[in-house]
Amino acid sequence: MERRRLYGVIAQFESPGDLLAAAQRAYAEGYRKMDAYTPMPIHGLAEAIGFRRNYLPLLVLIGGLFGCGAAYLMLWSIETIIYPLNVGGKPFNSWPAFIPITFETTVLFAALAAVFGMLALNGLPMPYHPVFNVPSFALASNDRFFLCIEAKDPKFDYEATRKFLESQHSREVSDVEL
Amino acid sequence: MEAEQRQDPGAAAVAATRAGEVPVIGPGHTYASVTGKISEIVLTTKTPRGWIIGFAISFLLTMMLLFTIASLLVKGVGLWGINIPVGWGFDIINFVWWIGIGHAGTLISAILLLLRQEWRTSINRFAEAMTLFAVACAGLYPLMHMGRPWLGYWLLPYPNTMGTWPQPRSPLVWDVFAVSTYATVSLLFWFVGLIPDLATLRDRTKSRPLRVVYGMLSMGWRGSAIHWQRYETAYLLLAGLATPLVVSVHTVVSFDFAIGIIPGWHTTVFPPYFVAGAIFAGFAMVLTLAIPLRKFYRLEDFITMRHIDNMGKILLATGLIVGYGYLMETFMAWYSGSQYEQYMISNRMNGPYQGYYWALIFCNILTPQLLWFSRFRRNLLALWLISLVVGVGMWLERFVIIVVSLHRDFLPSSWGMYHGTKYDWSMYIGTIGFFLALMFLFIRVLPMISIFEMRTLVPEPDGKAKH
Amino acid sequence: MMQPKNSLLDLSAIRARLENARGEEYWRSLDEVAQTAEFQAFVDNEFTPGTSEWKNPLGRRDLLKLLGASIAFAGLTACTKQPPEKIVPYVRAPEDMIPGKPMYFATAMTLGGYAAGVLVESHMGRPTKIEGNPEHPASLGATDAFAQASILTLYDPDRSQVVLRNGLISNWAAFLAEVGLLREGLLAKEGAGMRILTETVTSPTLAQQLKDLLAEFPEARWHQYEPAARDSAVGGAKLAFGEPVNTIHRIGQADVILSLDADFLASGPGSVRYAREFAARRREGGDRMNRLYIVEAAPSSTGSIADHRLPLRASDVEPFAWAVAAALGVAVPAPGSPAPSGWVEAVAADLKKHAGSSLVIAGDQQPVAVHALAHAINAALGNAGKTVVYTEPVEAAPVEQGESMRQLAEDMRAGRVETLVIIGGNPVYNAPADCEFRQGLLKVKRRIRLGLYDDETSGLCHWHLAETHYLEGWGDARAFDGTVTIQQPLIAPLYGGKSAHEVLAVLSGKGELAGHDIIKEYWRGRLGEAGFEKTWKTALHDGLIAGTAVAPKNVSVRKDFAAALPAPKGQEGMELCLRPDPTIWDGRFANNGWLQELPKPLTKLTWDNTVLISPATAERLGVANGQVLELRRAGRTVRGAAWILPGHAENSATVHLGYGRTRGGKIAEGPGFSAYPLRTSDAPWGGGGLAVSKTGATYKLACTQDHHSMEGRDLVREATVDEYRKDPHFAQHVVHGPVKELSLYKEFKYEGHSWGMAVDLNACTGCNACVVACQAENNIPVVGKTEVARGREMQWIRIDRYFKGGLDDPEVCHQPMMCHHCDHAPCEVVCPTGATNHSSEGLNQMVYNRCVGTRYCSNNCPYKVRRFNFFLYSDWDTKSLEPMRNPDVTVRSRGVMEKCTYCVQRINSARIESEKEGRRIRDGEVVTACQAVCPTQAIVFGDMNDPNSRVAKLKKDPLNYGILDELNTKPRTTYLARLRNPNPELKKG
Repeated sequence: MERRRLYGVIAQFESPGDLLAAAQRAYAEGYRKMDAYTPMPIHGLAEAIGFRRNYLPLLVLIGGLFGCGAAYLMLWSIETIIYPLNVGGKPFNSWPAFIPITFETTVLFAALAAVFGMLALNGLPMPYHPVFNVPSFALASNDRFFLCIEAKDPKFDYEATRKFLESQHSREVSDVEL
Repeated sequence: MEAEQRQDPGAAAVAATRAGEVPVIGPGHTYASVTGKISEIVLTTKTPRGWIIGFAISFLLTMMLLFTIASLLVKGVGLWGINIPVGWGFDIINFVWWIGIGHAGTLISAILLLLRQEWRTSINRFAEAMTLFAVACAGLYPLMHMGRPWLGYWLLPYPNTMGTWPQPRSPLVWDVFAVSTYATVSLLFWFVGLIPDLATLRDRTKSRPLRVVYGMLSMGWRGSAIHWQRYETAYLLLAGLATPLVVSVHTVVSFDFAIGIIPGWHTTVFPPYFVAGAIFAGFAMVLTLAIPLRKFYRLEDFITMRHIDNMGKILLATGLIVGYGYLMETFMAWYSGSQYEQYMISNRMNGPYQGYYWALIFCNILTPQLLWFSRFRRNLLALWLISLVVGVGMWLERFVIIVVSLHRDFLPSSWGMYHGTKYDWSMYIGTIGFFLALMFLFIRVLPMISIFEMRTLVPEPDGKAKH
Repeated sequence: MMQPKNSLLDLSAIRARLENARGEEYWRSLDEVAQTAEFQAFVDNEFTPGTSEWKNPLGRRDLLKLLGASIAFAGLTACTKQPPEKIVPYVRAPEDMIPGKPMYFATAMTLGGYAAGVLVESHMGRPTKIEGNPEHPASLGATDAFAQASILTLYDPDRSQVVLRNGLISNWAAFLAEVGLLREGLLAKEGAGMRILTETVTSPTLAQQLKDLLAEFPEARWHQYEPAARDSAVGGAKLAFGEPVNTIHRIGQADVILSLDADFLASGPGSVRYAREFAARRREGGDRMNRLYIVEAAPSSTGSIADHRLPLRASDVEPFAWAVAAALGVAVPAPGSPAPSGWVEAVAADLKKHAGSSLVIAGDQQPVAVHALAHAINAALGNAGKTVVYTEPVEAAPVEQGESMRQLAEDMRAGRVETLVIIGGNPVYNAPADCEFRQGLLKVKRRIRLGLYDDETSGLCHWHLAETHYLEGWGDARAFDGTVTIQQPLIAPLYGGKSAHEVLAVLSGKGELAGHDIIKEYWRGRLGEAGFEKTWKTALHDGLIAGTAVAPKNVSVRKDFAAALPAPKGQEGMELCLRPDPTIWDGRFANNGWLQELPKPLTKLTWDNTVLISPATAERLGVANGQVLELRRAGRTVRGAAWILPGHAENSATVHLGYGRTRGGKIAEGPGFSAYPLRTSDAPWGGGGLAVSKTGATYKLACTQDHHSMEGRDLVREATVDEYRKDPHFAQHVVHGPVKELSLYKEFKYEGHSWGMAVDLNACTGCNACVVACQAENNIPVVGKTEVARGREMQWIRIDRYFKGGLDDPEVCHQPMMCHHCDHAPCEVVCPTGATNHSSEGLNQMVYNRCVGTRYCSNNCPYKVRRFNFFLYSDWDTKSLEPMRNPDVTVRSRGVMEKCTYCVQRINSARIESEKEGRRIRDGEVVTACQAVCPTQAIVFGDMNDPNSRVAKLKKDPLNYGILDELNTKPRTTYLARLRNPNPELKKG
């Protein structure tokens, strides 16, 4: 039945301003399960639809610390335990000489954490998503701004929600099929 | 398409007020026009003849590079002009030269991002690509300069049956880590920046196979607000990481020399002045590429005179830092009171290679002084020529540092001369061809300007709400 | 395909062979067991239809392999070719070989006929390295560069390997047949028309054989000729004493030495010993230190260590000698001396002051008059019997060889010569031009040649017989003092050659005798049957026959000798000065890559000879280095590249002989130009009337040291004896290095051994022996002229040569430079793979198989002593070179860095010995190759932790200093500053 086959209702806007306003109002209406789609980042939008915690910086910190520790540990153990060599009369643990490598490795792991952490948290790659079923959604990567209220939302009521969205200066409102 | 009908008269004005005297984006642009114009360069089915010719030439040069590498593998590095005492020649000169060029990209993307220099937006994408390709060229040299390149992996730390490890006191091992890290991070930075634009291409292309390819690359990006949030955090953090990285990389490269005891190498001023030199060379290369591209693809609206002007200023500033470096070298040689240091400087100025030294002073110190005058900063041809001269000058700088220091060090009995052979040149020109070939491919298949970031520069259209 | 000429088989030889065959030898045919050349030829032909075009090197290599194959087929089981007779190892070790443990055999190498005793290191029957024989008077344990390089000649793939008849492969038996017929003809007319041409002969056996032959053929004549013969010495002695005598110098006894153009420390018989004695007195410093004056045209090794060197044209040395003689009261007219005023007087006064302990030496290239005058002066000073000793001649027949050759050539041109047997030498190439030897030779009906190489002379001979190398065949020779050494072969002839003794035996109808038997029989006759075997064995063991030195002889200078002296003829214009080459001598070593690539002591040029002129002369002529000049003298011209040599005499051009070979090996053919066309029998060493003109052409020369000034850096530190007395520590006060104790981190301790080296600049003459010794010991490849020109020579030691003072008469310093094994080695820190690092005994070691070849270490080495294999330099293909290599040293491959290892392989073998005996390595037990060979003992190596070791003592010597110490590299190789002992009377110095 069509109800069950519905992912949500999506409204298309022409300007970031309209979208932002609509999002804020929707949140005020009590809608929680919704998402906005835009061709470029829009400040305050995520907060507007109730996004709070961002764990990415923490991940990056962990990545950096790991790289730092691992690198120095490796160098230290190579030169003092695994295969100590008298090189130019320098001490086995020539820590100043180990700094560059330690630093580079720190940056490397932090960067990896940043990128792959971001993708993981965003659940990317994700080849299929219902919103792609909306024919005009292709414009979400061009010059249109979308707000989608999902059917999962407890306050979701097909007719009411549709009406609400139409009332938000949206260009068009369409169903998102599953 | 339909967006085109909604031209906004206020746009230019708004942009202008936002950007000071000269706008960073031409007047009359909308989200759709920006998207359309940039993606069209990639998605168009008719390849410009100019592109085909340019690519063909650079491809031939790449083949020459492959031939050179093959002969080096078969016969040995003796094909080059290197000898004892001059154990490094074009190989390391070009390595440092390319790495230096590679610095502009990350610098523009990262540091200018942190400094909120929004004018960077239209040049960062291909500057980053330039970085990647330059680093790829640079990477060839340390590998091929070895007597036994097939053992290059011995510089990587991995457990092996021989129980041997790299020797981490050697700046060459630092290089391995610095350059590979730099390459990796630059690649990530570049790719992350591309994701939304790949999505745009996915949605706009008319050919199914292309849609599949761009679709896979864009990983199903749909522009969700929450994604954007994390995306921007990641991008900002990457910028924050890349900034010290870019500084560290050329610092490490300068250690290759500063750690050595050879007069002319053993200098504490090297790290800062190598980094400055790298930015200097990098921006020169960006200009060298940007000015023709802008003309050829009519991107005057996106790469405005403001960009050109700013880059000219940076060129001047870094050029002055480099000049200070040269001055300090000379001063310290005199101040140190070491006869070896003093001889090194006088040998640079009056020795058999004095021509190189004075040419270097002309290219890197004198020529950039023209940039004090906005007349030159805003004259495309002049600026382009200056950027070329600087490129040459930076190559000469590395020649002077490496060859001229080595050829006469401590014991006069061991002094010698160095001249590049045809293999030295074919390898050098070959890498330039390789670099250009990659560049041509890039501008053909990927948006050379970040579309989504350009959108943020477009003045916001007033929506229905206002009516 | 072959018809065995059984008639020619020497059955007695076969019996002999079967008798002393060790173990079972299976044989298939008489030819086979007799090892006749037919059999060889049979195997060759059977397996190589292609050996006819044996001229191309590849073909020759194939032939080599097939010779190997043929031996295998012939049923010989040994893979190394031990000579069949019993040879006696030098060491007391058990005589049967211990695998991997080298044995040493004593023998002698001859140059110009004079023997220098050597010990040959043999690995499993393969001679690999030459060392000096400590018990031999001419060696005292050291050798010259030639002896070191002779091992390469032994294995030289270009050496002639077959009997040639009219240029086609023939065989020994065919030659025997020919000789059979020849002898019948000769006997008929008592040998009329028969001539034998040898080089200088000191071998008693050979002399005896020649005597017998001439007795059999009274009409036959024996001629001697070699370019570097010592005719003037012979003539001078005849002039002064009325008879030829041999002159021996007691350098060790001399306080003041005057060398009249004599390079007595670096060339000529006994030079190795002379250098040792000279350096010993030098080293004593203080009052015992000797003083050396030298007058010469081109700076020589001897000149470079002299206290006073006066550049004089070779022709001006004679007037100088007259002047000195007159000043010392020898009854001779005193012409105007060419020396600056005061020189002659000062020298004469100094000589007089040390009458009885002074010495005047005349150069071999000076005319007879100078020799006669030298004898007279020594007599006047009462040096005779003290610093100079006269003995019976050492040469079997001391003749003036130029004259001997002139007569032979004359007879040949006049058609008086029917048969000419040329033993060794290479007269077609090196006979005086006016002899027109070639034209004469072509008039000779039968020309037979025994030679190491198929060279210019062989090319014109009907018969060419491959000669054995001195390490391949039995022989005997006398040293400069007459001491006889039996030359015992280390290996059976690689290419089936014959020795001069064997050929002469054939000529005198004794048939095919083994060299061993000839020598042994002669000495049995000479020494008597009683206890001969024992004496023989001892002689072989010691490398000399005790008590064979020639007896001293009382001679007095004839009163009227001055009258007999030819009046010195003054010379106008430019003068030509011919000299044997310092590295390839008269051309006989031209195919030796080690010697070709050896930098000349003064010019540091390799692979070429040049026209050496003084800076002033160059200015006058408007000539720069490398410009090709045309030299014209006595109507003959040659073209050669110019080289400006500071300190050369004005208006004089020195050209070294031996280059420009046209035949005789891949290496010999090509480099340089031959100066022999300018050589005439009346002026063998050149003379006046030289016309020099520019050709406009230029020629690329490969020089290993382009920069000659020290740039005011304190690399070689030196002082006069007086300054030394005032401040013995002057060498350490020159530079203010860092305080050794100051360090950010604690230093490594080197318990156990701590190796170090000290090089005495006061003794080094720059003779190059160490360079070749190192090359031989460490399997160092030859890279060729083009690579040297690109700065890629591979020698681990180089001898830096610096000029000090004015262009026209500079002082010369030599400084051997090899890896300093720094404790703070800059090279180690920058190696990305740790391929170079420090051993627990302080060695800076190279791990070849870990090296990836970044060359960073070389860039960062302040001494630039590292060498890199830019290409695959080591010869991995030439089979004949494989047995030559030192099995204890890696043969390096492409892309690898290498350098001096302090001969770590020698350290380790000493360590094995010491550990077997459970003791420390004793001082002097480890001797590096360069140290062992050094004639002046300038290099001392040892354990610095052992307070009693020589090196530890030298490190405490006030003269000891390390160069570039101020970099705090803490080098383990240090130098002893040089002292000069100038005559206060003379301004300069």
